[in-house]
Amino acid sequence: METNSNLSAKAISNSAVPIKELNPQFLESTENKKHLIDYLLGVADNYLILGQRLGELCGHGPNLEPDIALTNISLDMFGQVRSFYQYIAQLKGDKTTEDDIAFLRKEREYKNVLLVEQPNTDFGYVIVRQFFFDVYNRMFLGALQQSADQTLRALAFKGIKEASYHERFSGDWLKRLGDGTEESKTRVQQAVNDLWIYTDELFHTTEADDAMIAAGVAPDMLQLKEYYYDKVGELFSTAALEIPEVEYFQKGGKEGMHSEHMGYILADMQYMQRTYPDSKW
Amino acid sequence: MVNNSGSNSSSDSSSSRMAEKIFGSLPESILAILEEVADPEIPVLNVVDLGVIREVIVEGKEITIKLTPTYSGCPAMDVIGDDLERAFAAHGYTTNVQLIMSPPWTTDWITERGRKALEEYGIAAPLEETADKDVLLNDKKLVKCTNCGSQNTKLVSQFGSTACKAMFQCEDCLEPFDYFKCLK
Repeated sequence: METNSNLSAKAISNSAVPIKELNPQFLESTENKKHLIDYLLGVADNYLILGQRLGELCGHGPNLEPDIALTNISLDMFGQVRSFYQYIAQLKGDKTTEDDIAFLRKEREYKNVLLVEQPNTDFGYVIVRQFFFDVYNRMFLGALQQSADQTLRALAFKGIKEASYHERFSGDWLKRLGDGTEESKTRVQQAVNDLWIYTDELFHTTEADDAMIAAGVAPDMLQLKEYYYDKVGELFSTAALEIPEVEYFQKGGKEGMHSEHMGYILADMQYMQRTYPDSKW
Repeated sequence: MVNNSGSNSSSDSSSSRMAEKIFGSLPESILAILEEVADPEIPVLNVVDLGVIREVIVEGKEITIKLTPTYSGCPAMDVIGDDLERAFAAHGYTTNVQLIMSPPWTTDWITERGRKALEEYGIAAPLEETADKDVLLNDKKLVKCTNCGSQNTKLVSQFGSTACKAMFQCEDCLEPFDYFKCLK
């Protein structure tokens, strides 16, 4: 893996520090458990909502190959989110199932970042949104391999293999569009300009996140922020794209404050379970 | 197990060692039932050759099977779980199928017999990791056409009809075919 600074290389390598196991008593505290669940939702809801957004493109890709690729990635996202929701259900220890968590929450209870709920305006937006997420996701899963929580370590090792394929796909397309025709360049730059304001939220932490970072369960992504923007910038220079100048970044999703798009996503995703409660395939 | 393709000797020995550890002490009748169950998306590959069975515990008529998913979103996993239950039920067993995540599945666990079955079915078997990267990232021509055997092949798409495959085309005989991506 190529890296731009020693700090980042250390932070995302697999063998730098010995893993500290979570104290078995840790989850006996109700507060710790609640924080862990909230933290996991913040991670998992990104996969769910991005998976749903990509799923909307099934049969609507610009041509066959990207259509198949985007739905493949969507499927990986759903696979990831299922593992996280199953873990949450297990932690809750009541009758909650992964489906309840996916389909029966209200908008404010979803903790995904605003980036992943942004619409499929055109193929350029789809690729830029994906690239911004993929770069983050691969770094995140690399760092999560050091988690004090055994289940999360397993999920990180599993997920990172897929995440690198995703990053390769979105990165390649970004280069092709940015360095392509005048039309593709204009449109993908427009997408970059519009979506850039949502990148900072990826590094925003909530109270639950901070508690999990302190416990060694969650990686401190803030330490990798510089590396993230270096990686993105590096690809932008090969893609002949420009980093927009913005004065402020949007955030709120991680606290449950979503953009106007979220309600429509949930309506589409939940109507079946809400109309026919407990319906099964 | 005979190693037919020199270039893949490492994956062959690791997959056969693993198979020995998992299936070595199992009664043959149980192994035979396991081998009846195929990957629903690649019907020539049974679950033993696919390398997704991690542990089998037999207690009288009750069988616990620990299964590892190939890709986390692979829809075949639920079907494989159901198919295992059905196959064993037909022989009077009850099964408890558990999904396990660690260690994560790798294409190294596909057995040599599985690799041959893939090739005969028209899916190029995974190359080892470095060669795989050279193919998928650097456009090197290393994947052999399943139709004519030529290495003059090109990547058409990194994603194919299922999560585990990429699309290729042979530039000699023009045959389009699937390549089973290396996952490691």
